[in-house]
Amino acid sequence: MKVDSKTYLVNEKGSIGKIALIIGILGLALSLVGHFTNSKQFYFSYLTSFAFWASLGLGGLFFTMLHYVSGAKWSTAIVRISQAAMSVLPLMFVLFIPIIFGIKELYEWSSAEALAHNAVLAGKSGYLNVSGFVTHSVIYFIAWGVLAYLINMYSRRQDDGKDTIKQLRIVSGPGMFVFAMSISFAAFDWLMSLDPMWYSTIFGGYYFSGSFVAILAFLIISANYLKKTGALENEIRQAHFADLGKLFFGFLVFWAYIGGAQYFFIWYANIPEETIWFLHRWEGSWKTVSVLLIFGHFLIPFVSLVFYNTKRSRKILLFFAIWILIFHYIDMYWLVAPTLHHGSAHFSWLDIATFFGIGGIFIYLFWNRFIAKAIVPVNDPNLDASLNLHS
Amino acid sequence: MAQIHGILAEFDGPAALLKAGKQLNEKGYRKYDCHSPFPIHGMDDAMGLKRSPLGFIIALFAIIGGLVGLGLQTWVHSIEYPLVISGKPFFAWQSYIIVTFALFILFGAGAAVFGMLGLNKLPRYHHPLFYSDRFKKVTDDGFFVNIAAGDALFDKKSTAAYLKSIGGKNIEVIEGEE
Repeated sequence: MKVDSKTYLVNEKGSIGKIALIIGILGLALSLVGHFTNSKQFYFSYLTSFAFWASLGLGGLFFTMLHYVSGAKWSTAIVRISQAAMSVLPLMFVLFIPIIFGIKELYEWSSAEALAHNAVLAGKSGYLNVSGFVTHSVIYFIAWGVLAYLINMYSRRQDDGKDTIKQLRIVSGPGMFVFAMSISFAAFDWLMSLDPMWYSTIFGGYYFSGSFVAILAFLIISANYLKKTGALENEIRQAHFADLGKLFFGFLVFWAYIGGAQYFFIWYANIPEETIWFLHRWEGSWKTVSVLLIFGHFLIPFVSLVFYNTKRSRKILLFFAIWILIFHYIDMYWLVAPTLHHGSAHFSWLDIATFFGIGGIFIYLFWNRFIAKAIVPVNDPNLDASLNLHS
Repeated sequence: MAQIHGILAEFDGPAALLKAGKQLNEKGYRKYDCHSPFPIHGMDDAMGLKRSPLGFIIALFAIIGGLVGLGLQTWVHSIEYPLVISGKPFFAWQSYIIVTFALFILFGAGAAVFGMLGLNKLPRYHHPLFYSDRFKKVTDDGFFVNIAAGDALFDKKSTAAYLKSIGGKNIEVIEGEE
C-alpha cells in the first residue's frame, strides 16, 4: 500500500483486501460443503467463529467510543484502525443470517419437545423464542449500526475541516450505555442460551472483557504492520506500543478477574443447575482446554508482560498479540463447543474453515473501510499530541 | 563556616531546563537534580536516570503478602481447625483466592507507598535548598538545577562557571546541613 504523506489518503490499495476476500470466499464455500455433510457441527463451528470476529468489531466500537468519551489524545493516530473494525460490525449482520437458519440446530430452547418436558424452560420461552431471538439480534445490529454511522460521519467531517470533537463525545457517551446493554444481551442470546437452563449475570462482562483484549491485540498487530510497511512509519511511535501494551496487560487481568469471579460464585453456591456448565467444561479432554485457557489466556502472558521492558518491546508485544488472538478463539470455542460435544473436546475441520471464511470477509471489509478515508484523522485537534507522544 | 550543600542555578523555561539536564549528564555530573513546577516529559531520559527499583520491591512484598494469605488460610482450615463448611474439602483453595489476592494487593500497595517514601528519603522536614529565597518560585514559575557538593566533578568555581555557560542565571551557592 502507498499513502500520501500529507492527506494520509491511500493511493495504492495493496493486495491485503483481495487476498482476504479470496480466503473468505474459499472458507465459506468449504463450510457450505460441511453444512451438507454435518450440519450440526457446521452451525456450532460457525457460531464460534462468528463470536470471535464479532468480538473484534465490538471491541473496535468500544475502543473508538472510549477514545472520544475520555478525550484521549494518545490514541488519535491509531483510532482510524478501531473505527474501521467498528464499521464492519453492522455489516456482519449478513454473516449472522446463517445463525438464524441454524437456531433449531444450535439452541435447545427452540424445540417444542424440550419445552413440553421442561417447565423451567417453558417459563423462559417469553424471552427465549425464535422470533424474539431474531428481533433482539436485529435491534443489536441496528444499535451498533447507528453508533458506527454517527461516529464515522462526524469523524469524516473532521477531515473536511470541521471541529466535531464535541459531537463525537456526545455520541460516544450515551453510546457506551447502549453498547454495554447490547453486548451483554447479545452474549446472553447468542452464547449463554446455548445452555438455556444455565445463567450467569456476569456473562456479558466476560464476553466484553475478551472482546476488548482481542481488539487491543488486533490494534497492536495492525499498528505494527502499518509502521513496518512504512505507511505510518513516523506517525505510530514507540510510545503508542507502550500505551497499547499497558492497556493490553491491564485488560488481560480484567478478563481473568471476570472469568474468576464467574467461576468463584458458582463454585461457592454449588447449585447443580449452575455448576453443570463448569462440569461440562471439566469432563475428559475439556479439562485440558480449561486449564490451557487459564495458562494461555492469563498466567503466561501475565508473567511475561508484567515487566516494564517487555510491555514496551514491539516484538514481544506482537508475539503476545497473536498468541492472545489464538487463545481468544479457544475461549470462544470453550464457550460454544461443549454444548455439542459432551465429555471430550472434538476438533473439526469446520472450525478452521468457518474461522477463515468469516475472518477473510471480516478482514476484507475491515481493509475496505480502513482505506476508504484518511488513515489518520488529519484535522483532529488531538493529532499533534498523539504524533509527539512520549511514554 | 557552614558546609556547602551545592550550587543552584535558574533556567528560563522547561525547554532550557531539559537541555541543561541533558548537558550536565553528558558532561559527567551525577548528583544533580532539576526542579520545575510541573513534570517535564523526557526529563528522565535527558538526565540519564535509571528506572526506579520500586517495581521489584512491590513485587517482592506482594508475593510475600499472597503467601501469607494463602498460608494462613491453609493452616487454619486444613491443619489446625479442619471443619466441614458447606460440604467443601478441607483444602478448598478456590475460597482462599480472595483473601490471598487481597493480601497480595495490600502488601504490594503498602510496599508502593512506603517504598516510595523511603526511596525519596521522606519524611524530612527541611532541605538546605529552602534557604534560597529564589527557590520558592519553583512551585510557581521557576526552573532550577541544583548540583550537590558531593558530586565527583563538583568545584565551587568551575561548576558555577559551567552552569553559567549553559544558560544558568542567578547562580547561588547553597549552604547548610543535609
